[in-house]
Amino acid sequence: MDVTATTVIGILIYLAAAPVVGGLLTGADRIVSARMQGRYGPPLLQPFYDVLKLWQKENIVVNRQQKVYILGFFVFVIITGCIMFGGGDLLLAVFALTLASVFLIVAAYSTFSPYAHIGAEREMIQMVSYEPMVILTVVGMYMATGSFSAADIARHDGMLFLHLPFIFLGFLFILTIKFRKSPFDISMSHHAHQEIVRGLTTEFSGRDLALIEIAHWYENVFLLGLIYLFFAPVPVVAVAVTLAAYFLEVFIDNNNARLKWQHALGSSWAVTLVLGVSNVVLLAFR
Amino acid sequence: MQALLLFLILFPAAVAFLLLATPKGRARQTVVSVSAAVIAAASIILAALVLSRGAPVYFAVGGHAADLLIFAAEVALGVIVTVISIRRKQYLAMALMLAGLIMTVVYEVWLANTVHAESNLFADNLSVVMTLIIGVIGSLIAFFALGYMEEYHHHHEDVPDRSNFFFFIVFAFLGAMNGLIFANNLVWLFFFWEVTTFCSFFLIGYGRDALAVRNSFLALKLNLCGGLAFSAALFFLTLNAHAISLSELHDLPGGAVLLPVALLAFAGLTKSAQMPFSSWLLGAMVAPTPVSALLHSSTMVKAGVYLVIRLSPVFAYVDGGKTVGLFVALVGAVTFLLTSCMAISQNDAKRVLAYSTIANLGLIIVCAGIGNHKLAWAAVMLVIFHAIAKSLLFLSVGTAEHLIGSRQIESMDGLAGYLPRVAAGMVVGIAGMFLAPFGMLISKWATLEGLVDANPILTIFVAFGSAVTLMFWVKWLGKILIVKSAPENVETRVPRTQSLTLAVLSVMTAGVCVLFPLISKYVLEPFIFETYRQIYWQDMNNIATLLIMMATVVVLTVPLVFPGKQERHFRPQYLAGANLAEKEKFHGAMGQDIQISLKSLYLQGIFGESRLFPLGVLSTLILIIIMLGVVV
Repeated sequence: MDVTATTVIGILIYLAAAPVVGGLLTGADRIVSARMQGRYGPPLLQPFYDVLKLWQKENIVVNRQQKVYILGFFVFVIITGCIMFGGGDLLLAVFALTLASVFLIVAAYSTFSPYAHIGAEREMIQMVSYEPMVILTVVGMYMATGSFSAADIARHDGMLFLHLPFIFLGFLFILTIKFRKSPFDISMSHHAHQEIVRGLTTEFSGRDLALIEIAHWYENVFLLGLIYLFFAPVPVVAVAVTLAAYFLEVFIDNNNARLKWQHALGSSWAVTLVLGVSNVVLLAFR
Repeated sequence: MQALLLFLILFPAAVAFLLLATPKGRARQTVVSVSAAVIAAASIILAALVLSRGAPVYFAVGGHAADLLIFAAEVALGVIVTVISIRRKQYLAMALMLAGLIMTVVYEVWLANTVHAESNLFADNLSVVMTLIIGVIGSLIAFFALGYMEEYHHHHEDVPDRSNFFFFIVFAFLGAMNGLIFANNLVWLFFFWEVTTFCSFFLIGYGRDALAVRNSFLALKLNLCGGLAFSAALFFLTLNAHAISLSELHDLPGGAVLLPVALLAFAGLTKSAQMPFSSWLLGAMVAPTPVSALLHSSTMVKAGVYLVIRLSPVFAYVDGGKTVGLFVALVGAVTFLLTSCMAISQNDAKRVLAYSTIANLGLIIVCAGIGNHKLAWAAVMLVIFHAIAKSLLFLSVGTAEHLIGSRQIESMDGLAGYLPRVAAGMVVGIAGMFLAPFGMLISKWATLEGLVDANPILTIFVAFGSAVTLMFWVKWLGKILIVKSAPENVETRVPRTQSLTLAVLSVMTAGVCVLFPLISKYVLEPFIFETYRQIYWQDMNNIATLLIMMATVVVLTVPLVFPGKQERHFRPQYLAGANLAEKEKFHGAMGQDIQISLKSLYLQGIFGESRLFPLGVLSTLILIIIMLGVVV
């Protein structure tokens, strides 16, 4: 099959399957979390019911611009995934994801709401925290395979994990921030017990909130796709590790309270410096 | 073509003298507008001619008389600056200037006749890029200054109106910059180099108050240090290598050329305000805003990085050059990281811009220091994108400052509501500075890809630096785009010259983003091939993805600018249930009515100047000492 066809098929599968997979994972997350807390938990399809419900809600906004910014967030999260699943340049995918986050932050800023403002600033700090590790992850993948293209990396013969064990661990660490899990869910949390008002998304409701939730599913699948790439030559192992990573994050989520932003920034930079940098240096002097 | 080249150097200088005698008002407006247009047109024509040739063109113009004339002018300017230094009791500046003068005279008497440059002037695709930046953006800034300087003197009645002198220097500056980028004879290049130092000295000191005088002398002193290094480089080059042309540097043996090249790189680092010399550029913002725009985008600091880019083939190909280049790159990398961090802690918009300039120049220095073909591509692209976006940002901030009476980012809440066009200029500039898929990010991406191959350790600096860059831009962007209730539009008070310049620069910022594949193909790639004998080839799929992303952003801005009529329910923001009927106010705990006000994070404790600046100065000083030690 030629490259264009695989690209198109990859993108189409991502567009169609990612929200389903992401939603189901979220449903499983809620069941597992409930069991860890001694509850029974909602049905597996509850996230879809929630989004459907949000979609039918009244259209309430603070200003007319916020919807456009949220749409920008949604579209660019999807473009990010399309770049990766279409076999494109991973650095470009990372930059597209950054653009998406900037849209979300600007949406929160635009509302001129104190709670959203605090959430937006914390979201920025989260970005500063995870971005170096994400870039070094992609850099490490290039150093191991000689290519930035997701297609080439996926087709690479050796298992990436063997070259990038520390980078893999570092990436797992910042994944907690990206998944918005405790202890690093500082800009907004899925858990009611973490905060009184919901940070970044305080002023968003109805369809906007539904879009943010669906974008979150797309984003999660993109991030899990990066995990998959570390073990790509053996698909069974790759899928197993990907799922294990997801449930590790759920486990961490349920065993931690939220930390201050100083800790999020300090610990992620420390982890990046120790694990990310040492792995890059090892590869450089190989 | 030779005539056009000389025209681009001499015409701005001639206009400068004309402007000294032109009264302000209509007459000055005509002279400045017409000559700005002429300079821009001439640089575009020259660009077209050189590009159609497809190879560097050398000109044997000049001769003994020209050399003597340049020598005389250099001595005269040196004497003037020495006298000013004595009058202002700046004895260190005086000493540095005198030392420079003595070296110049000694060189002229002792060595000048022992070497000859085959051709004194030349033009290739890199000169074309630079002359377009100088001719188009520099001229636009001069045009912008017409309206701005009149307003400036309304706002600063204590500052004596010396705007004739101001425009004199601005045009002299443009001429000197053109001389600098077309010079192949390093003695000529050095002359123009010193002239740009003097020009920036006079412009920074324009206000003549204590701070302006102090900062102008700081700039003078640091740049004179660079000048001394340059001068020393001329001596060593003549004595050890019997060469004086820029174009033959990378063909010389390593033993003879490394020391002069390290000294030239040192000069480049001072002029491009890299750490530990950054303080002069930060101090330069006391000058009127067009000066900052000029220094940061099209002149001065760009001369510094231009020289280092010219040296990059030496770093790449000459024996032992890699080590020198690595230390140059490390200075740039440390500067990029630390100044990006410090920008987070700043509230003054011009200071944020200054730090961001230094950071981006650092990135250019990193690219030029390593100097492979990919990174050279990235360096030139960075120069182009940065020049346009940064001038736009400075001029937008200057315009906003006159209207809202402040250049603090904290006072720009909701700027998009009451100054929509100025804010649009800022948003375009900011997006062009850091956001995918625009301008600087394209080159930052190329930088990362190039560095991974050449020296992966340096990517670590870029990874951290890029992350902090995000923060200071996004919090500024967010401030501008806050939506407040029914603000009054005060934009009608913007002078025409200013709004026109902002519009043109915004269009250019967007234009180079869309057209970058063409710029790369027709301007950069021939230059890269000429210099490195390697083809730099951009992946078409990535370009297509970038263009799709740009189109998406454009589509998204449509509903922002032209809102449709949709059924929505507007509600005030959540204020813990204590909202008042009046918008954006709430009932406080002590029973009083409080207006919402939101302040940003500056993280002084982590990214404060007092913590990071000394660290940067110390580490870069060590790096520079090692760099010079290696070659000695």
